[in-house]
Amino acid sequence: MNLNLILLIALLLAAFWTVLTIRLVRSVVGLALTSAILSVIMFRLGSPLAAVFELSVCSGLISVIFVTTISFTSRVSKERLTVRRRERFVKFWYLPVILIAAGLALMHLSRPPVFKFPVASVTQDAQSVLWNLRHLDLLGQVVVLLAGAFGVVILFKEKKDER
Amino acid sequence: MSVEPLQLFWYFGIFIILISICGAYCILATFNLIRALIGFEILVKAATLLIILAGYLTGNQALAQALVITLIVIEVVMMVVSGGIVLWLYRYNQTIDTRKLSNLKG
Repeated sequence: MNLNLILLIALLLAAFWTVLTIRLVRSVVGLALTSAILSVIMFRLGSPLAAVFELSVCSGLISVIFVTTISFTSRVSKERLTVRRRERFVKFWYLPVILIAAGLALMHLSRPPVFKFPVASVTQDAQSVLWNLRHLDLLGQVVVLLAGAFGVVILFKEKKDER
Repeated sequence: MSVEPLQLFWYFGIFIILISICGAYCILATFNLIRALIGFEILVKAATLLIILAGYLTGNQALAQALVITLIVIEVVMMVVSGGIVLWLYRYNQTIDTRKLSNLKG
């Protein structure tokens, strides 16, 4: 219970740092950290397969995609960075205030919602659910992957034609 | 069902709402397209945690994991395509600041 609370606070702090930090690369590192903490929470909540996916894909692959995208764009000059720091301070000082206010308001509500959770009928493992019950999902995933690959090919094809 | 799962749901729920506020604020307050994508990612993290929590509390962890795996695959594809679109915009406009992207302005 207490470890869950510590992990949730760490998750919130990592997300908060991701939003507030000025440099984009640091923001991506914060996002990877958020994913890593989330995967630990998922593991503790009894979902190891999804936790492994989260850790490898969201914490690894998506960070690589973001860093690649950032590296193709131009670097911010020091003067611009100073201006941006000032702009961000003006723009983002509301966030901690909103978070603290929302957190306090929700804690003061302090009454758990009154409803009953449905009880699972049959306990199955994730593999059998994924391959036997949710096979249409898998088909959808394949279609989305192909659509994504097609989109990337179209985007980079134009670049090739220009040369 | 005992009171404890409801309490667990409640205090996880508070953090899920706060993380969602972080992500939504990031999307609303920034003019940088890459940072907007990062804000969207944070929102997806909150949704992922909610699905896993629901699976844990109802004892349907297998279904929750299957849904989260689908969500992660779609998320990655979306990030790749949107990263490509951001690069494409940068190539044509030399900026990813949304205030300066006014080519389609009516």
